[in-house]
Amino acid sequence: MGRLDCITLTKVYDNRQVALDKVSFSVETKGIFGLIGRNGAGKTTLIRILATELEPTSGSAFIDGLDVFNQAHKLRERITIIPQEARAVRWMTPKQTVFSYLLWRGYPYKEANRLAEESLTKLGLTPFRDVLNSKLSGGTKRKVLIATVIASEAPIIFLDEPTVGLDPISRRELWDILRELGKSRFIFLTTHYLEEAEQLANKLGILKEGKLISVGDLAELRKNVRYQYSLKLSTKIAVPKTDDAEITVSNNGYTQIMTNEEEAFRLARLFSEQGVKFSITPITLDDIFFRLACQRAGDEGET
Amino acid sequence: MRVKRSRVSQILAGILVNAIYEMKNYPVVTISTVISPLSLLAVVAFVSNGDLLGTAVAGGLIMIFFSSGIALQSDLAHLKNDYKLQDMIVSSPTSAKMYLTGMSLAEIIYTIPGIVILVILASIYIHPDLFQMVILAGVLFLLFALSIAIGFMLATLSIDVVQSYAFSRLLSLLFTTLPPVYYPITLVPYPFNYLAYLSPTTYAAEIMHWTIGALELSRTHLFVDLTVLMGTSAIIMFVAVKKSRWREV
Repeated sequence: MGRLDCITLTKVYDNRQVALDKVSFSVETKGIFGLIGRNGAGKTTLIRILATELEPTSGSAFIDGLDVFNQAHKLRERITIIPQEARAVRWMTPKQTVFSYLLWRGYPYKEANRLAEESLTKLGLTPFRDVLNSKLSGGTKRKVLIATVIASEAPIIFLDEPTVGLDPISRRELWDILRELGKSRFIFLTTHYLEEAEQLANKLGILKEGKLISVGDLAELRKNVRYQYSLKLSTKIAVPKTDDAEITVSNNGYTQIMTNEEEAFRLARLFSEQGVKFSITPITLDDIFFRLACQRAGDEGET
Repeated sequence: MRVKRSRVSQILAGILVNAIYEMKNYPVVTISTVISPLSLLAVVAFVSNGDLLGTAVAGGLIMIFFSSGIALQSDLAHLKNDYKLQDMIVSSPTSAKMYLTGMSLAEIIYTIPGIVILVILASIYIHPDLFQMVILAGVLFLLFALSIAIGFMLATLSIDVVQSYAFSRLLSLLFTTLPPVYYPITLVPYPFNYLAYLSPTTYAAEIMHWTIGALELSRTHLFVDLTVLMGTSAIIMFVAVKKSRWREV
């Protein structure tokens, strides 16, 4: 099984902005890896470096044993990318978009034609194959781009925020496509939709201000925060005394108690006895992300 | 899997995206590329009572070849910045050379209707023999190479497509409309005739006008014109290769 290895990858732009600060991690090139972080965290910089578009300031990276910087030519045979804000060219049709991309990848004319047709059919784009991209809906345009990477047969796919700007239904349709695609190829995905990352990714990385602060599956990420359980109450009540918990009351009246497993179940029993309506779940990616990526240093663990 | 990559396919992709598909799906764009050089040609021909028709046809060819190279700048910038196409291509097996070759050929194909009309006019009003045709073609090729080099260099550095289009128009104006390409330099009064030599198209026009017998030049003058034209092309090509960015830093 191949691996993607980043070793102290650093990128400092000309304006001295540190976009990536000694990022190191290693994941299998299998399934879907989701990279999350706030705007400006360095997600796009990292994906552009790995996709051989951008040179790092220092550090190294290897994908399936190929050096991203010194063996870019070989690596480009195996990778494909949909960059952030990529759009299907407006004066072309879906068929022309996919077909021309395959020609650029060096496929012979007939083979490119066959793969383009297959890919469009797979994504249900056949009825739109000869319609100008400019006349398609946002979701369909995005599917056209996905069709290009599917048709390319590249085993490693980089997607930089692929569902930004899509309506919820189109987004879910794309998720289904990506989930299916992730079964046969490796997808490196950046997103700031946490639900998307949670739904799609087998492994996750959290970037904060250019630093990778956590990598792993959801269970592993949970271990990196102090509290692993969350109780939610829909009514305002006097929360029983607890030594080890964080309590948040939202504007709409919900109370969230984040605490450890033992304390969570003790409180749950108490609420049950009192007839208070509540829910108890392991903390979600939202909770983890908020605690790790959004709070300032030193806030973690305060009650 | 291992795919045998075809360079012909990679060049064809650029031609299809940057010329054929646009011309096929939006036929009106073809008309605008024809009208620009022909409109100036008509003005010069009418004002000179037809005397300068031959030089104006040569000027039209200069404009169409130079402008098509310069148009590469805005086209590449548009595809790079608005569609992120160049990013997709950088991460693919296509090299910068193949990408540029396809896109450059596309610019010529895009202007073929205009070129065909000008070549027909040239055959009617200039009657070039084989020697003249070789010189005219050589000069136009040099001009095209020069403008492609400028276009590619500026496109890879460009981050704003609106500025790219404005800059393209400005360069075309500065190098093909203001300098004496549609009429002989002898018609330009002092001291503006010296200013005209700041544009490489002036040297190309002098050679072409001499070739068709519209201008008398000494051998030394011709040699200087050719040297300047080739030298400028080589220098800008060199700078373009050195300064242009494929993988960003």
